[in-house]
Order: sequence, then C-alpha cells, then structure tokens
Amino acid sequence: MKRRVISVIVDNEHGVLSRISGLFAGRGYNIESLTVAPIPDQKFSRLTIVTFGNSRVLEQIIKQLHKLIPVYKVIEHEDIIEKEMVLAKIPLNERLSDIEALCKAYNGNIVNVGKDDVVLMAADEPNRIKNFVLALKRFNPKEIIRGGVVAIER
Amino acid sequence: MQKMSGAQMVVEAMKKEGVEVVFGYPGGAIMNVYDEIYKHRYFEHILTRHEQAAVHAADGYARATGKVGVAFVTSGPGLTNAITGIATAYMDSIPLVVISGQVPLSVIGTDAFQEIDATGISRPCTKHNFLVKSVDELPFIIKEAFYIARTGRPGPVHIDIPKDVTAQIGEFNYPDEIKLETYKPTYKGNMKQIKKAVDAIANAKKPVFYLGGGIVKSGASQLVRELVSFSGIPAVETLMARGVLRYDDPYLLGMVGMHGTYAANMAMSEADLLIALGPRFDDRVTGKLSEFAKYAKIIHIDIDPSSIGKLVHVDYPIVGDIKTVLENLLPLSKKKIDKSRYESWNSILKRYQELHPLTYEDSDEVLKPEWIIQRVGQKLKGKARISTDVGQHQMWTAQFYPFTRPNEFITSGGLGTMGFGFPAAIGVKRGIQNEISVNISGDGSILMNIQELITAVEYRLPVINIVLNNHYLGMVRQWQTFFYDKRYAETDLSMQPDFVKVAESFGGVGYRVKTKEEFDEALDDAISKNVVAIIDVIVDRYENVLPMVPAGGSLYNMLLEYKDEE
Repeated sequence: MKRRVISVIVDNEHGVLSRISGLFAGRGYNIESLTVAPIPDQKFSRLTIVTFGNSRVLEQIIKQLHKLIPVYKVIEHEDIIEKEMVLAKIPLNERLSDIEALCKAYNGNIVNVGKDDVVLMAADEPNRIKNFVLALKRFNPKEIIRGGVVAIER
Repeated sequence: MQKMSGAQMVVEAMKKEGVEVVFGYPGGAIMNVYDEIYKHRYFEHILTRHEQAAVHAADGYARATGKVGVAFVTSGPGLTNAITGIATAYMDSIPLVVISGQVPLSVIGTDAFQEIDATGISRPCTKHNFLVKSVDELPFIIKEAFYIARTGRPGPVHIDIPKDVTAQIGEFNYPDEIKLETYKPTYKGNMKQIKKAVDAIANAKKPVFYLGGGIVKSGASQLVRELVSFSGIPAVETLMARGVLRYDDPYLLGMVGMHGTYAANMAMSEADLLIALGPRFDDRVTGKLSEFAKYAKIIHIDIDPSSIGKLVHVDYPIVGDIKTVLENLLPLSKKKIDKSRYESWNSILKRYQELHPLTYEDSDEVLKPEWIIQRVGQKLKGKARISTDVGQHQMWTAQFYPFTRPNEFITSGGLGTMGFGFPAAIGVKRGIQNEISVNISGDGSILMNIQELITAVEYRLPVINIVLNNHYLGMVRQWQTFFYDKRYAETDLSMQPDFVKVAESFGGVGYRVKTKEEFDEALDDAISKNVVAIIDVIVDRYENVLPMVPAGGSLYNMLLEYKDEE
C-alpha cells in the first residue's frame, strides 16, 4: 500500500464534489483526507486528495478521475511540499509559555486564550502534525481539528 | 434570437439533433415538455407502458441504428424506474439521452411529491448527468448531453429539468458545435505504440485476436475482418462482439469465456500474444485472473484509458478509437506480418475445435433449445435482428445463432438485465423497419416487461418473441444443479400464465409449440401475420448451457458435459 497525494482541478460547478467522493466510495478507494477550495481568479476548483492503495489501484484512481467530465486536470505529485493545518482546544491548566514553546516547534502559535481554554494552531508537514497531535495528548485536549493536506509542487 | 419556454427548447433541441423518435412516459413534472410535443410533432413519441421499457427501447434503437437513443420520463418513480435501463446502457456503452422532469427549483430539497435526488441516483450509472438550474443554460446542456453521449466511449447522459425551468422563458441559442475544455477523448493512437504492437504481432508464434464490443461501437468491424483474413490470426469474440466476424469465418473460434467454446478458451490460455480490440476483460470472460492468458503478452486498444490495465497487466497499451487505430495499423501489418507463421498454431486450434465442438444432443421426444436457435438461424440468418433477455436462452443464442454482421445481436451484456429483450426489440424494429425483429427470451425474463405487448400492438412494431420455456429460471436452476446439490430454491416456474392468451388479449398472436413441425409453422405464421407474437416453446426442462467455466475457475478448466447420475 502506497500513500499518494493527488490534486484534481475541476470545473467549479454543482455536484462536482459528489462525483468525486461517489467515485471513491463506489469503487472502494480510500480517502485519507480531502480538501477543496476555488482557485483564485479561475472558474476551477482544486481538490487535494490523500489516498492509498497498491499501484494498480492508484493507477485506476487517476484514470477514473480523468474520466469524469468536469475534471480538467489530475496531478500526481512527485516532488511536493505538503502542509496540513490543525486547530486544538486545551484546558487552561498549563503555563502559556510551555504551550507556546510546543506550538513554535510545529510552526504554530496560540490563537486565542479564553477563561478556561486555549486555542492553538499549527501548520506543518502531515507527519509532523501527527507528532504535534501526540504531544498535545498530555494537555488533555478537548478538541482537535485537522484540516487535511494541501500540496504544491516544488 | 428566438424566445421560448424551456419546454419548447427541449423539443426544438430534439429537432436540431435530428431525433426521429422518443420513447417515454409522461407525468406531473414533465408535463410542460409533453405539451410542446403535442403542439409540434417534430418527432414520433412512443408511449411505452413502463419507464424501464422506454429506456430499453431507446437503447435497442441506439444499438441497431448507431444513433443516440432518447427517452423522456417524469420525476420520482418515473426516474427510478428508468434507472435499470440507464444502468444497462451504461454497462454496455450505449449512447442515450434521458430527460427527466423534476419538481420545481423552489421546492427541491423539501421532499415534495414525486421528488427524488435524481442526479444523485443516476450519477454512478451515467457517463454524465445534469440538473438544470436555469433556462439560460438549457440549450447548451442538451447540446453537451448529445455530444458526450456519442463521442469517446459512448454512454447514457441524464438531464434532470425542474418543472419551473421548463416554464421559464429564455433565448434559444442552440450551439452548432461545442468544445469542452475538460472533455477531449483520444481518437488517434500513438504511432510509436502502434509500431511496437505490429512488431509484437509479427514476432509472436501463437497470437489471438480478442474481439470486444468496442469494435462494434467504433464501426471497425470491416477493418477487423480484413485484418483477420490477411493475417490468418485466429480470433475469439466476446458476447458484445458477436457478429464482428461472420459465423463461418475460418479464423473465428467462437465465443470466449464462461460459456465460450473449448477452442476459444484454450486459445486464450495457450496464446503468447493477445491482441485485444475493445474488450474490457470482464470476469465472465477471463475466469480466474491469475490464470488468464498467463503465457501471453497483451496488446490492448481501447478508447477508454481506464479500461486498459484495470484487471490485467497490459504490455502494449494503445489509447484510441479502434477504427482510427486500425487504419494506421493495417498498412504497417501488411508489410510485416507473414500469414504462414501462424499455420502450426492454427492447426493446433483446429484440433481443439474438432475435439470439442459446440454441440448438443438432439431429441425426437422433447424440443431442445439449441435446435430452436439453429432453426431460427436457418430461417432468418442475415435478415433479422436478434434481441435477447438474460439467462440460458441468451447464452444459447450467443453460441448457436449464425451471426453475419455487427449489431445483429442486441443483448444486455454487462448488467445482464432480465426484461431487456422485448422493449429493446421494439426499439430495434422502430429503428430498422425493413428487417424482422426477434426477441429470444425465457419464461422468466419475458414476464419482466410483458406489458409492452400493448406498445408493440399500438405502434405496429411486430416483434416476434420466442420464449424458450423450461418452466424454470433456467440459468439459476443450472447453477443449483451444478453447485447447490439440486436444491432448487425459488427457481421452479411451473406456475405460468397462458402465454397464447396473454398475447391475444393484448391484440397480438400466440402459439404454443411442442414439436419441430409446430415451431416451423408458428414462426412462418408469425412472420407472415406481421403482428406482435409470442411463440411459447416448451423445451427440455433440464438442458444445461455447456461448456461452462465455473465462476472463479480458470478458462482452461471447462465443464464440457454433464451427466445426471440419478
């Protein structure tokens, strides 16, 4: 099983996301994460999908995506920069400087300090985000929200 | 620019597309469109008695004529009934445009009367679908639908039009031509790959042509016939390719797969090169994948890149339209391919053909279904279009009917839809009026769209239904005999209507036959009467379709005969 990041450029039209998610569901392909947003100043949207499967499955995923009529381009990334964002809410029991130091290590910071909770963010490579989430465990986080992977070619 | 309602745009667009017939069934949400049909009469509308039949009829029409088939249905149950027809066309790559009514935009999403998420349901069984949100986009969408349906790998396209959109007034600017930035099928094959493929053929010792339905869609049968005859390379046909080669072509080994001939299946198993022209390596053809053509390199030509390498590794992939690719490949192969090279291979296969030919044991006591098919072939060869339903009768037809040309055999291959044959044969007859349209069916399948007798009577589309009646759901019964210790769970169809009376009550003719003489008389009479007919043929209850590759087994492990021990 190989992990693969695929970008799909699609016509920004009604129902296009359901075509893509339906394709993955109907053919039993895996989605680890999926992000989507319009491309600035274009009629297209960009989806970034992280998937995994053996090489025949990955090849089929690419071909099946191509086959969808509103799909303009499918980009299989090789040399890429991947980033993922995460938001977390933890109870305010620790020293803020400790929390901030942890965030800094993962390219993040404290974004809100409330009466009882602190909200943090970090944006980093997906496997580093995994470590960040692990590290947060000792603060007994109330909520952790991962944003899914976005990627760009070098 | 002319201003008109969305409903009128629909019928004007049909006129622009040259649509001569629409199969359909009206209802609340599509009434505006039907009102325009009534006013304009641009095309004939054939009212089937079930939406599924409307789509199958459009499908049969499309298969027989090569044009895009068109069906109109209403929202909710109209569309859900149509889905089986749409899915049937999708699996067999048949170009259709299906237009459904939808509840008004203002109430979409409120679970309104006869509302269903139509595009949500049709999405996985259409090549593309549309929900029209404004009358302004309607002309372009209809144009796009026809274009997508017939180009590339053909397929059904569904347009869902809310009732208020058909009432809205807009400008009818119907484009003459369209270009889609995101959809550009590849027609021309890569020349470098084609050259490599020709070299591979020239260097092979045991090549086999593996002919698929893509040849029929591409209109490449004539080129394939030429290629086969000058190269002297043996060929096998899939169910969907029956008729690409004439039945008496010396290089045709017959059908391949689960009920293929011994020679065809052995050729695949022993070949050192498969030349796959538009098949899709269906599991009913390949059997166990790890054993499939395991000594062979594979050339695969297909217009759909996702068909190539989907199930088996392909050594020479060529993406393109088969006809266009063969036009390039043929002159090259004429220079390089030497017919004599494959003589010893052909003689091995000849021996296989003689060893286990396609056969059955005829009887004087009971009619054998295979005999019926052969008899129909003797009488109607080259003069009729043969549709089928799904099951044993379908396989016997594929095995024993002498097909002479593509599109002579109209059958639901991929989805295997019982109830397809009769409405499809009605569509076939509407498309090809100067030929006889026969539906070969079984006593199970025929009842799945029997109501269409009235459509055939009303529109004078005299389909001859030959029902091979074994009082069983025969194919399932056969599997129960072979693999379920003869536990015939819910397959005994002894309880039957009187098919003769059924036909007569709808205004057709019916015959019940138990002997060869009776069959001959009935068929001749049905042909001369020229009205819709049911010939109820009482056949051997326990005849099996053989050879058979058990599901999941290897192609070379065929059940060649079955002797009942009891």
